[in-house]
Amino acid sequence: MATPISRIRNFSIIAHIDHGKSTLADRMLERTGAVTEREMREQLLDSMDIERERGITIKAQTVRLAYTAPDGSDYVLNLIDTPGHVDFSYEVSRSLAACEGAVLLVDAAQGVQAQTLANAYLAIEAGLEIVPVLNKIDLPAADPEARAYEIAAILGGDPDDVIRVSAKTGAGLDELLARIVADIPAPTGRADDPLRALVFDSHFDAYRGVVCSIRVMDGTLASGDTALFMATGGRHEVAELGVLTPFAKPVAALGPGESGYLITGVKEIDRIRVGDTVTHPHHKGITPLAGYAEPKPMVFSGLFPSDGDDFERLREALEKLRLNDASLVWQPETSRALGFGFRVGFLGLLHMEIVRERLEREYDLDLVATAPSVAYRVTMLDGSAREVKSPQDLPDAADRLKLEEPYVRAMVIVPSEFTGTVMELLQARRGLLDGMNYLTEERLELTYHVPLAEIVFDFFDTLKSRTRGFASLDYEPDDYRESDLVKVDILLAGEPVDAFSAIAHKDKAYVYGRSMTEKLRELIPRQLFDIAIQASIGSRIIARETVKARRKDVTAKCYGGDISRKKKLLQRQKEGKKRMKMVGSVEVPQDAFVAALRVDEDQ
Amino acid sequence: MSVQAPRACYVHVPFCARVCPYCDFAVVAGRNRDAERYCAAVEREIRADSPARPLEAVFIGGGTPSSVSPRLIGRILGALAERHGMASDVEISLESNPEDLGAHAVRDLAGTGVTRLSIGAQSLDPVVLDALGRVHEPDDVLRAVDAALDLMHSVNVDLIFGHPAESAASWQETLARVVAAGPHHVSTYMLTVERGTALSRAIAGGAPAPDEDVQADRFEMAVRVLDAAGYGHYEVSNHAQPGHECRYNLDVWANRSYLAYGLGAHGYRDGVRFRNVRALDAYLSRVEAGDSPRQGEERMSEWDVELERLMLGLRLRTGVAAGQGGRAFLASDAGRRFVAMGIVSHEAGVLRVERPLLTDAVIREVVALPRVSGP
Repeated sequence: MATPISRIRNFSIIAHIDHGKSTLADRMLERTGAVTEREMREQLLDSMDIERERGITIKAQTVRLAYTAPDGSDYVLNLIDTPGHVDFSYEVSRSLAACEGAVLLVDAAQGVQAQTLANAYLAIEAGLEIVPVLNKIDLPAADPEARAYEIAAILGGDPDDVIRVSAKTGAGLDELLARIVADIPAPTGRADDPLRALVFDSHFDAYRGVVCSIRVMDGTLASGDTALFMATGGRHEVAELGVLTPFAKPVAALGPGESGYLITGVKEIDRIRVGDTVTHPHHKGITPLAGYAEPKPMVFSGLFPSDGDDFERLREALEKLRLNDASLVWQPETSRALGFGFRVGFLGLLHMEIVRERLEREYDLDLVATAPSVAYRVTMLDGSAREVKSPQDLPDAADRLKLEEPYVRAMVIVPSEFTGTVMELLQARRGLLDGMNYLTEERLELTYHVPLAEIVFDFFDTLKSRTRGFASLDYEPDDYRESDLVKVDILLAGEPVDAFSAIAHKDKAYVYGRSMTEKLRELIPRQLFDIAIQASIGSRIIARETVKARRKDVTAKCYGGDISRKKKLLQRQKEGKKRMKMVGSVEVPQDAFVAALRVDEDQ
Repeated sequence: MSVQAPRACYVHVPFCARVCPYCDFAVVAGRNRDAERYCAAVEREIRADSPARPLEAVFIGGGTPSSVSPRLIGRILGALAERHGMASDVEISLESNPEDLGAHAVRDLAGTGVTRLSIGAQSLDPVVLDALGRVHEPDDVLRAVDAALDLMHSVNVDLIFGHPAESAASWQETLARVVAAGPHHVSTYMLTVERGTALSRAIAGGAPAPDEDVQADRFEMAVRVLDAAGYGHYEVSNHAQPGHECRYNLDVWANRSYLAYGLGAHGYRDGVRFRNVRALDAYLSRVEAGDSPRQGEERMSEWDVELERLMLGLRLRTGVAAGQGGRAFLASDAGRRFVAMGIVSHEAGVLRVERPLLTDAVIREVVALPRVSGP
């Protein structure tokens, strides 16, 4: 039974992390009868374990809801879920491209946060109608009046138009659904126009192969049709079309304005490009829909199996993860200290953490990760340019004409009492103040240009702890700027340890070198000879520590009663030593690499 | 592998008035009322064993053997003589605490046949004695050494060094006073924090731990002082005037077989290492029921024997015949490294650790050597 296009609404819910997006989606599913309470699992749309545990959404999903308005007319609401974290903003923007409207959800206690703003701007840029909503009005700390005023100040509307709901209790939900239907425009497009459908997401299903999420803009796609993917040129028969209610339900066709899934039998996720336009092969002269920029990895880290024998397992695990995460890229990397591994590119820090956690948890791998790095741009003396993602690959200073690093535009929203703290922190991170904007009298938005390398380490945690959790952060790639950068090497007994090399700003190289050598002095056990631990820039030593030779390694008593025990103890100790990594003649415990690479607060 | 009947024997007497905070031996405190019953059980265990050959060295260790009546010690020695026989010049060592060695005690012990008295002095500094949880006075030690020198063939003083409460001066003075007292043998033990002891719990709770470098300094001081006084450094922790090396221990370190009786005792006979149950009640009930108190045994392979020979021999300052295992070690990367660093020497077929403080670093490599076949 086809729904008239005037009765379709496509929308997303956009919000700062933890503002209750998933809970609101759950309530909508319940209220519209899409799922019975028995079927209701908490945060149904977040299906991955890690998403549930961390309360964040990583993969966007779409669900079709049947809604009867107070006037008795029936509607189809397509709720297109969006990820809630800054690292995944590219996924947000492609979900928004499939919508006509967005519910902007704000915590009535916390108010507008950095990602609220970032997402609101994305929605405005995409030309979406925004329905502002305050959530958690049942909280004692909620201040709906002030928060509504904040929202109105950003969106330019009337504070009274901000809907107040509690996704927890369901209060205000009916009003919200009515407003979605009333405020968000119906899609446009005609069923008999040439087909144009947008692929806004894809994932890999072990049984069905690649499953695309599509939004039909014009025309109609039917089961059995041949679909032409315009960007890749691939022609694939439509094996199945369907909608998620949230349970998969095949349909014969998807008409204009409708969203659903498309299965073609393609097994390799790389053969489907998210952002591609699907049409019929016989249509000529079709203008493809605006696609998206390819997600670009911003943060890089070397991942090495603790046990060298797990290298192949790590490769297989990365390949499997990539089936559902096309943004994941890697290349093999060899470290003298850590053995064989991969340099992996991530969209951001959270993405990196999630991937590492999934590799360790779902694939039972024990990994050592090197300090995250960014992609530097090097211009050589001969004018050629290259990108450097690993300190090991940085060409000698003598061969370089110019070294540039990526900057981001960082947006911090913070109560005004912490303004000084935040400015101090960003200044220490080489940030340049770009703008300062009071949202209300007591909260303001600070915009900075700051080197990405300065925030990939521990910036977010530091920001949170110094502002007692009140600051929120969002960032977007900005430009590349020339910086006075140097490569700091760490040497053990004269041997450079590649895993500890870092590209640092000249002013911070000394601090890095000193902190790394000090940490290693604590972590490297005394051995039979003095071990020099040095930090160097080129041939210049900038810091030095010494692990003094061990003077005593002997058991006081060894008599008749101890012989077997002592032999076994020494054999076990020797076994334990085998797990150490040798750097030249120095034995370094695996833990020392991990501990040294762990970042502390004051670095 | 040559299997010779043991000529050395260990007897364990587990009773102590209290457990010292650093001790992880098989000891029982506050059960001296069971001493008579225990010694009877040991006698029974001895009688049930097959005869070896006349004993040349007996070591009665503990625990605190001096805390039980010399009469009981005499009965155990009698049982040993009856079962295995005693060589005419047998060395019979007994461990003792200074506070047990009153005027009659030393004479009574000598009367049972004990020829070598080992006195658990630990220190002559009251501060250190207190930190070690010992109850005797420094003067008790000197009196006991005096009494023993008159009646015993050999006298040993046990010392513990490297407790955080000890200073360099205090250690030096302890050594000087012990040398002046003139025992024939001095054992110097670096304080070791064993798992599960009161000491290790105290350190986990924040008490200072022994410092490795300080212990190394004190070790070197002991070797220097004792060597100058005529005590040859013959094993990592042992120093003796010529001819007064502990005969029982020399057999153990030469990887010869030895008998063992009593709870928690370990022995080595016919190529098998064995150990007895460690709990007093289990030991008593087993022996009294006519059962063997053995809890475990392990037959040593030829390669095990070779590795243990090296492990024990490398602790001796004379070194050890290199043999098959020693040659394999010298050919290994680790062996070459140790020789190059001067930690191990190899001369005239003798392998020797030149820096006794690093003995375990060497042994750790030796005991991990892969089996070599053929002579």
